[in-house]
Amino acid sequence: MAESSRLGQSIDSFVDASCSLTQQAASLDTITSLVKNDVLSVEGLVREMEMYLTTTDNIIRARGILLLGEVLARLVSKPLENATIHSLIGFFTDRLADWKCLRGALVGCLALMRRKRDAGMVTDTDAKAVAHSFLQNLQVQSLGQHDRKLCFELLECLLECYPDSVAPLGDELVYGICEAVDSEKDPQCLMLTFRIIEVLARLFPDQSGPLASFAGDLFEILGCYFPIHFTHPKAEDLGIKRDDLSEALTLAFSSTPFFEPFAIPLLLEKLSSSLPFAKVDSLKYLSGCTLKYGAERMLKHAGAIWLAIKDAIYNSIQEPALSFTSESLVGLGFQENEIAKEALTLLQRVIVQNDSLYLSLIVKDEDINMILNTITIYESYNDIYLQGKLKLHVVGRFLSISARSSIASCNRVFESYFPRLMEILGLPVKNLSGDHSPIVSSLISKRLNFGALYLCIELLASYRDLTAGFKEIASKSISASETCYSMLQSYSNLLTKAFCSTLATSPQDADIYFAAKGLQILATFPGYVSPMLTSEFESILITFMSIITLHFKKTLLWKLSLKALVNIGSFIDEYHESEKVSSYMGVVVEKIVSLVSLDDFTMPFPLKLEAISGIGTSGLSYMLKIVQGLEEAIYTNLSEFYAHENMKSPDITVRLLECYSNKVLPWIHENGSFDEVLLRFPVNVWSQIESHVDFSIQVQEMELLDATMTAMRHAVAFCSVESQNKIIQKAYSVLSSSTFFPLKEFTSLTIQFQLGGLQLAQKIDNLSYRDEWILSLFASVVIAARPQTPIPNLKEILQLFMTTILKGSVPAAQALGSIVNKLGKESNELKISSDCALEEALETIFRTKLWNSHDNGAVMKCSGINNGSEMSFADSCLGVVNNNLPQIHAITGLSWIGKGLLLRGHEKVKDVTMIFLEFLLENNKSDAFPLKQNSLESSCELDLHPSVIKSAADAFRILMSDSEVCLNRKFHAVIRPLYKQRFFSTMMPILQPLIMKNDSSLSRSMLCRAFAHIISDTPLTPILSEAKKLIPIILDCLSMLNKDIQDKDILYSLLLVLSGILTDKKGQEAVIENAHHVVNNLTKLIVYPHMMLVRETAIQCLVAMSELPHARIYPMRIQVLRAISNALNDPKRAVRQEAVRCRQAWASIASRSLHF
Amino acid sequence: MTLGLINANPVVHAKKERVARTEDPHGDDAVDPLEIYDFVRDIRDPEHPYSLEQLSVLSEESITVDEKLGRILITFTPTIQHCSMATVIGLCLRVKLQHCFPPHYKVDIKVSPGSHANEESVNKQLNDKERVAAALENPNLRQLVDECLYSNEL
Repeated sequence: MAESSRLGQSIDSFVDASCSLTQQAASLDTITSLVKNDVLSVEGLVREMEMYLTTTDNIIRARGILLLGEVLARLVSKPLENATIHSLIGFFTDRLADWKCLRGALVGCLALMRRKRDAGMVTDTDAKAVAHSFLQNLQVQSLGQHDRKLCFELLECLLECYPDSVAPLGDELVYGICEAVDSEKDPQCLMLTFRIIEVLARLFPDQSGPLASFAGDLFEILGCYFPIHFTHPKAEDLGIKRDDLSEALTLAFSSTPFFEPFAIPLLLEKLSSSLPFAKVDSLKYLSGCTLKYGAERMLKHAGAIWLAIKDAIYNSIQEPALSFTSESLVGLGFQENEIAKEALTLLQRVIVQNDSLYLSLIVKDEDINMILNTITIYESYNDIYLQGKLKLHVVGRFLSISARSSIASCNRVFESYFPRLMEILGLPVKNLSGDHSPIVSSLISKRLNFGALYLCIELLASYRDLTAGFKEIASKSISASETCYSMLQSYSNLLTKAFCSTLATSPQDADIYFAAKGLQILATFPGYVSPMLTSEFESILITFMSIITLHFKKTLLWKLSLKALVNIGSFIDEYHESEKVSSYMGVVVEKIVSLVSLDDFTMPFPLKLEAISGIGTSGLSYMLKIVQGLEEAIYTNLSEFYAHENMKSPDITVRLLECYSNKVLPWIHENGSFDEVLLRFPVNVWSQIESHVDFSIQVQEMELLDATMTAMRHAVAFCSVESQNKIIQKAYSVLSSSTFFPLKEFTSLTIQFQLGGLQLAQKIDNLSYRDEWILSLFASVVIAARPQTPIPNLKEILQLFMTTILKGSVPAAQALGSIVNKLGKESNELKISSDCALEEALETIFRTKLWNSHDNGAVMKCSGINNGSEMSFADSCLGVVNNNLPQIHAITGLSWIGKGLLLRGHEKVKDVTMIFLEFLLENNKSDAFPLKQNSLESSCELDLHPSVIKSAADAFRILMSDSEVCLNRKFHAVIRPLYKQRFFSTMMPILQPLIMKNDSSLSRSMLCRAFAHIISDTPLTPILSEAKKLIPIILDCLSMLNKDIQDKDILYSLLLVLSGILTDKKGQEAVIENAHHVVNNLTKLIVYPHMMLVRETAIQCLVAMSELPHARIYPMRIQVLRAISNALNDPKRAVRQEAVRCRQAWASIASRSLHF
Repeated sequence: MTLGLINANPVVHAKKERVARTEDPHGDDAVDPLEIYDFVRDIRDPEHPYSLEQLSVLSEESITVDEKLGRILITFTPTIQHCSMATVIGLCLRVKLQHCFPPHYKVDIKVSPGSHANEESVNKQLNDKERVAAALENPNLRQLVDECLYSNEL
């Protein structure tokens, strides 16, 4: 009962036109769900709605029928009985005649017709009845847009799903469709229209069918849409773009060959249109239609199409924009626009379809022949006029496209042109005996005709591409008996010689470029069609190699040769031409490797390296060989360095190492990781050090050490865990055999320090250079190790690094930071016995009194580590009164450790930062700082050197900034997302009050410094949300950093933060209150003498300030304008230009006349 | 006053491509003609929606500068001989340069020799600071000048 009353209500509210749209939708949902859940059957619904469906009130009847249709449309997947479907479709079919409630009838028909077979489908007879009724009753073009769309959808559905039932309608159907689609203009309907015609054409493929007789009429309707002129302002809101329409129309055009007599003339005619998009479209449609209409029908249009293509290309190619040195050069460097591209595509299509016809057209073409006949005027590239170059380029493109399309056409093109070109080049055909007449050598030495050279290269390239395209699949399809093969073979030797001599002698870039290209092409034919003997191939390689080694002063020639060699190398590697690979190996790779190891200084070393890394990248086998050569060269140089003091040039070794780590290693890593190769280098370096017990070297070669460390780091970083493990074991064994290891007894070390801290410093000062090398390299290995790689004897190593940090070894600090960063939390992972977990390691670091190199005892306590007990770690180095270096070193070391902790998001980083803060606040420590109450009495009057405090402030830069050298993704650091933001938001609440309250100028300035470091490396978003609070401090910092020239970089980065705030909407709101201070500060920075960028950015900030509310900034106007007028006289142009902009911005806020 | 346009059909030239200066932090950044030209080339003609550059009224070569003495000399060529707009163009140039350069620069503005019927009197008028100041007090003239300088019609 309740259900039926609900149903009645829902029906009423849908039918009632006065109800809102949402109410109608809700009632539709209710009814649908009732039927879907079988509470109500469809028959029941119909019976319930009887009154609405049959009433004579047009509006109510229309709504009622629409409701039934909509409900059915939502029940497409609900199974219904055939009888139900039959009676429903019968009802809707009848209703098609009732134009007043047409919408509902269309929706209902469509809903039923779209049903799938498994849910019950409309029978064929019923479908036919629908089609019949549709054709009889509907005047589609007199309906509104939405109804038309429904009509077309219904038609499409009929044609696609019930082709058998509508086909018998024949002429009537085609005629009806013509009538329905005629002069349709709505884009959505048009998409459907085009689709309908496409399907219709599929329905009647017969020569005698109804479509054949109506094709003219139908095309008349269709043809007027071409070219699609679509100016709908917002394509997005319809979801249809011009391209969609155009594509649909192409499909309709090419749907049936019956359109051919009408379509092709139309398209050819539109080609002469002055609209570029009409041309592009015509060419595209021609390509599409050509395929569908078939060769036979297209036959009679061939001449016209060929002319059209030629025309389109000649008229659309633009001037050359590229020079011969550029990478992406095609042909003569003419830029081809879309028209030319489409025309060439079309040419390719028609040639593929009917090669003999089009080739004879091309061969007979007068323009092409004229160019060939007059080619002698194209003697030298520089003498050819633009028009001539254009012609040459176009002919080249024609020939190459036709030769590329198939073997037969390639043969034809070669037959027709190749001998002529050879003749022009002055190369006679090979005699039967294989020898050339003696005049040949003199002929070769003469300059080649450029035009012929160019065309010849185009032909060769297309033949090569054609053969290479087949690869091995169809090697039989090109046999040695092909014409082009035999022709090329008879000339290849001469061509090679001619190209080689051109390379060697020609002064012109163009000649060199094409000769190098020609040689490269000749050398890269796949083996079975290669016209070259191995000896000839080798001679090409030798020619290029001699250029590489001798003619390095001719930059272009050298670069082209290297590029050609690289291309040849990768080609033969890709095609597995074992014979050629071996000769390439012998001629090129070995030679180039020997270049590096030779002490031959004729060739500049950077070029050698460029050549070697270039050749290496062309194939894996070459690279492996080259890596070996490079490594050997490095080892020799290094061992020379270890053994003899007279190091000839550490420079060379440095460059070798750089090449190794920057070019070779990444390539090997990318192309499949070859662990054994990567492993070899580090292990060998370590063995070398091991074998050289005495370093006789006395001079410190920092650069060399740095380069070696970099190479070591990179090599280790790419290795797998197992290899890394091997390397670390090796390194550790070398380390433990060195003189300083182990550093006596570690247990007694603490005592030693307490007795006299300086002893340690002296001990480390006595490290030999060898020890330093070992230590630094070991540190690099540790930096690059993966988190899973165990480090042997971790405790001792921790101690060792901590000791060396005090001497100022930054790598040791970084290594320590890496260890702390990567160490696992639990010690249950695969590790060796003496290993320890993170907590343990931290304990070691923080508790050992290594840091304690003074005799004052503890100064600070850190409650975080061990409640109440002494925090010995932080007893840091405060006391060495006359020597503050170890303090600074300790701080640097601590900051790297802190960075490691910060990256992984460990809580101990708080303690580390607290220690830094202690330093910063040291001068006014009477302000009770909660962390150090107990030890104050012992610390008495400590006099910290300012440089120590400064280094504590700068420690925040190390914490925040990204490092290239360690603790980044490349070196497998554990990095928590958003760690910078997190650090920023923990530090700001601490720093802010400290800066505000502090009145000692020194520590205030140092706090500001730390603040600046943190804020300048934080992403802008968290800063913006805090901007209001931060602005005063930023301004404080700016005025403080303003004083010292050494602070210019911090100043600049801080200013960038400010400018980031100022250019953001939210930030500007925060600035309003402090606008006056901001302007004061910025006007001071306008005259900052030490850095142009600061002045420029300050002025840009002022420009941004001028966007603030008028009332707020108006009072500052005079002040700003005055300051800016000084900047107009700035020595730097960029500043002056910004000043003019700023002046304009600020001047215009006062005068109305300046606004337009 | 003449009714209609003085030069109804001016010859419009293509804009030259702007070459970005090479960034050279240690280079000599002295004021050079190109810099001045960059400031003034986009001033709109009082009559037409074209820039002075497009109408070939100005070119880089017509500007000379002596940074040591702080002198700038601009010679411009009105499009026709009896162009009454020559003084307005000159005024625009002067105002623009006043905005872009510090006050110690002395700016001379002249029409190129032989390019204007009243060459002498125009030159005199353009370099008389009393008359320039007076002209800029005139609200109509001022508005015209501002429109030329800051118009975005181009």
